[in-house]
Amino acid sequence: MTISQVRDILNARLHTPDVDLERQVHAACGSDMMSDVLAYVKDQAVLLTGLNNPQVVRTAEMMDMVCIVVVRGKQPQEQIVAMAAQRGMAVLSTDLPMFSACGLLYQHGLRGGEMP
Amino acid sequence: MSESIQLEYTVPGNDFTRAGEASADLKSTLKRLGLPAAEVRRIAIALYEGEINLAIHAGGGQIRVTVDDHQVEMILTDQGPGIPDIPKAMEEGYSTASAQVRSLGFGAGMGLPNMKRYTDEFDIQSTVGVGTTITMRVKIG
Repeated sequence: MTISQVRDILNARLHTPDVDLERQVHAACGSDMMSDVLAYVKDQAVLLTGLNNPQVVRTAEMMDMVCIVVVRGKQPQEQIVAMAAQRGMAVLSTDLPMFSACGLLYQHGLRGGEMP
Repeated sequence: MSESIQLEYTVPGNDFTRAGEASADLKSTLKRLGLPAAEVRRIAIALYEGEINLAIHAGGGQIRVTVDDHQVEMILTDQGPGIPDIPKAMEEGYSTASAQVRSLGFGAGMGLPNMKRYTDEFDIQSTVGVGTTITMRVKIG
């Protein structure tokens, strides 16, 4: 699945226009707790979260994630968008709640990671 | 790499915006040195968890990293409150983080377990009222 497909499936807004949307996403993780995210290694993953602060980008950076989706209709903080763009990471936002957003991506074939 | 490389970072206390800068810097340095991506990620995650702990629990602290041909060693020291019950603190899901810290996305009780999980050697020494020292090593190759 590409970032562009993630955007379409979630009917999401794109906040980082300069990022390559054809990058592949191989796995996904949905959580508001960053240490839970850090417990599961994923390859080229997308992070779905309701958390809206710079540590979301830091966490994604440590995990080599390629895309952040802010759920529940929140407007991503400017700082998040700027930090992500600098790192070549996409930031999307969707009005969908966490469960529905994860469910839609799962339905389209995306899966979670594995415990190390 | 014939000689070891030393890196030092100071983590400010209670500055949530800057927490993670040291880990991000170490990650890009290790990448530049050509270390394998999987190991770099493990090191970055473990140090990031430690850095968050220094910022939220210890009022800041110091990180000393030594990189050589065989391993990356990270030593985190602080003069914070110390950990009264280390086995309890190592349990997944146990956390003493404040509601404010939880609202920022941390305090799931996974920090120390994640640090242990991602490193090959993990040691924690703590004295209440004096501080905590954590030593982590990740083997390379």
